Amino acid sequence: MTSGAAHLEALLREALSPVEPPADLAQRLELTLVNLTELAQDELESWELSAMRDPRNWARPVAAAVIGTTAGTALVLLRVRARHRSRKAESSSLRQLAEHTLHDIAEETRRILPDR
Amino acid sequence: MGDDDGSKSKAELDARFTELYRAHLRDVYSYSYYRVGNHHDAEDLTEQTFLQAYRHFERAMRESNGRPLRPWLIRIAHNLAANFYRDRSRKPESAIEDAGVISSVHTTESLVEGREELQSILAGVAQLPDDRREALIMRFALGMDNREIARALGRTDGATKVLLHRAIRQLEGIVASSEDTQA
Repeated sequence: MTSGAAHLEALLREALSPVEPPADLAQRLELTLVNLTELAQDELESWELSAMRDPRNWARPVAAAVIGTTAGTALVLLRVRARHRSRKAESSSLRQLAEHTLHDIAEETRRILPDR
Repeated sequence: MGDDDGSKSKAELDARFTELYRAHLRDVYSYSYYRVGNHHDAEDLTEQTFLQAYRHFERAMRESNGRPLRPWLIRIAHNLAANFYRDRSRKPESAIEDAGVISSVHTTESLVEGREELQSILAGVAQLPDDRREALIMRFALGMDNREIARALGRTDGATKVLLHRAIRQLEGIVASSEDTQA
């Protein structure tokens, strides 16, 4: 390396010194991340509670999930996925969408896999 | 039991993310600042980078095979900065343009302020093509080595070495010609 290049690199190191983030940015970011973690947990818990309210709504989907690889289950999933698109437009919240989808899975499972 | 395991691994993941965040907040902020040239947008970019990183952290941990995650973080900031310019249809501001405002908040700029040599270096860096400017920011502001820079930019180690070499040569030319003009 020439002394000119070495000098330039030394100047670059000085000119491009690391910049300390403002203290309030660190606080704001930490708060946002904590809220995100808590929100994700709350959303999951409330979805689980609401979905498990009536066992008839989830016993059959669980059976369908267990046999996961059969053609019948694949068909259930395909049909549910098709209905899921229209449900998405109808549902006003994620929770409502999840409940509708679960209900659709139960219906389709009952229709396609009556012995399950 | 399964739920306990799930909660535990989620808690561990959150703890790892907190470590990553604390270790690299300054890196991401420095990169963002030198990339966008003002503190307001640098704060936005930093915030978006960590939110995006949080969303994909589990996969990044799995795929990193124990390698440091700093290049991955900087790559997120790099992609977001590219979107930032595309969305707002604007070019990066020169850090020099903000020197007055910045010096009241950060020691870095007060260091540069009043030192023509350093100001001319920053002005020269701002004139470089994007990839060369970014490579210099990563090397000199963040202290990243060639391998880390290569991973952040999605290039090979060899191509990165050449990129850095050319960036310094071009900067030398820019600074020399601006000195000639002033003389």
